[in-house]
Amino acid sequence: MKIQLKISQKAHNSLLVFAGFFLLSVNAHADESEVPSPHIQTLAASCAACHGSQGNSVGGTSVLAGLDASHFVLQMTAFRNGSRSSTVMHRHAKGLTVEEINDLAVYFAQQKRVTAITPPNKRLAE
Amino acid sequence: MAIDRRDFLKIAASTALVSLPMLSKAATQAKGRIVVVGGGYAGATAAKYLRDWSNGGLDVIVVEPRSQFVSCPLSNLVLGGNKNINDLTFGYDLLKSNHGIQWVADEVVSIDAASRVVKMKQGELAYDRLVIAPGIDFMYEQLPMLQSPQSQEVVPHAWKAGKQTVNLRKQLESMKDGGVFVMSIPKAPYRCPPGPYERVCQVAFYLKNHKPNSKVIVLDANAEIISKKGLFTKVWAEMYAGMIDYRPNSSVVDVDVATKTVKTEFESVQANVLNVIPPQRAGKIAQIVGAANVDKRWCEVDFLTYESKIISNVHIIGDSVSAALPKSAHMATSQARVCANAIVAIMGQQMPDASPVFANTCYSFVSDKMAMHVANVYRYDATKKIMVSAEGGGVSDKPSELEGNYAQAWAKNIWSDVLT
Repeated sequence: MKIQLKISQKAHNSLLVFAGFFLLSVNAHADESEVPSPHIQTLAASCAACHGSQGNSVGGTSVLAGLDASHFVLQMTAFRNGSRSSTVMHRHAKGLTVEEINDLAVYFAQQKRVTAITPPNKRLAE
Repeated sequence: MAIDRRDFLKIAASTALVSLPMLSKAATQAKGRIVVVGGGYAGATAAKYLRDWSNGGLDVIVVEPRSQFVSCPLSNLVLGGNKNINDLTFGYDLLKSNHGIQWVADEVVSIDAASRVVKMKQGELAYDRLVIAPGIDFMYEQLPMLQSPQSQEVVPHAWKAGKQTVNLRKQLESMKDGGVFVMSIPKAPYRCPPGPYERVCQVAFYLKNHKPNSKVIVLDANAEIISKKGLFTKVWAEMYAGMIDYRPNSSVVDVDVATKTVKTEFESVQANVLNVIPPQRAGKIAQIVGAANVDKRWCEVDFLTYESKIISNVHIIGDSVSAALPKSAHMATSQARVCANAIVAIMGQQMPDASPVFANTCYSFVSDKMAMHVANVYRYDATKKIMVSAEGGGVSDKPSELEGNYAQAWAKNIWSDVLT
């Protein structure tokens, strides 16, 4: 799977020397040898409360794992600018930077779809 | 030669080997032993992600005396008759086996921070890093008459989900029509800011449908409703008209357990069912180890790592943290992940993320089906060195069944993430 995303602020954190010179185009492969930056890994995991581990929702919310990255960016952008109405997602979309939305898109696109489960219930111990 | 992340980025930059946001996994493997004290939302999440993000390089041992996880989120629905406590009760089996987490069913009695040893009732454990996720403790020195298990049978707090939740529900079921339910709310900060107001809705929902002549009196130590104020005010006026008597600035100073009478500075109120939610502070273990340095109640931490500001190599996460952040389950898991990610970095000789960002979504049920949210993204402010609200946060326009569905989905997904 190959994902092409235009990311204009990518240089900001770590590659200051290149800032302003490049529109970096990210080729993100679903490659075992690559892991997300700690920043995106942690941020993406924060989505798990509603969307499940690595975006594998158990139901009732969108599955983000394996979601087409462009689709993700379009939806988040639409939540951000209000062109797609939502109950809560506009709050999250507005709080993220464009760069974070792009990076999350790449991250979720790379996650394998698995069937997530809720843990079985127990009888409350006396 | 070990290449740290900064070196790697320099090399990547100089050779235009740009593969961001993906970093090479070639960096040093995190190794060591992390002991996590507490298996609630924060502790269980930290344990799981410490294992996963270190690719199993870190040994993780959880110390937790309880064998069951009982969710506080959704537990108010038990009072409304809209959930059974067993719907909120889980085991730790899948969490342990799926992630190779070791488990010690014991209670921590002290730590020796200098030699990095946790002492428990039976035995001790050495650690490289200690994560404390103790939840909250009640300040019974302010209400000593409520300290004993016997008095809590009569006047439950039900602010840690479990037997007391079931007890309070049974008391409501036994209450006569025309009875009075009295609930007191402590001064903020306390666990789950909108929780008491949600509880009022749930109790009112039950009484409206089964005992419509009954009343709910709310004694709030705060000057006003401290979360989702406009929404709760409207719901109480419209859905539960005439049932709820809200009294701000009403701190409980005394309780007569036998007669279920509470005293504030201004009045005495007698209840048929009495629910006093006591003032709170960081969980016992945080107190014992001396990490609760803010007002002797809450723990000051570095928000990049959640390491205690006063005890090295000891990290504190969840409700015990002193922060302008809501003490919610989602927040506890968000803090746990930042902490876990930072520990994995530190134990692999790398720098933790310098600008963590996370989300918090908190739903409150106002009836059996309808809920409303407060949601925010929080971002590290490098100048203030705290987490601050990002743009776009806020609350629902109105409660809805759609949000009720999302709230149920939130619970199922967070349980899946934390416990499997």
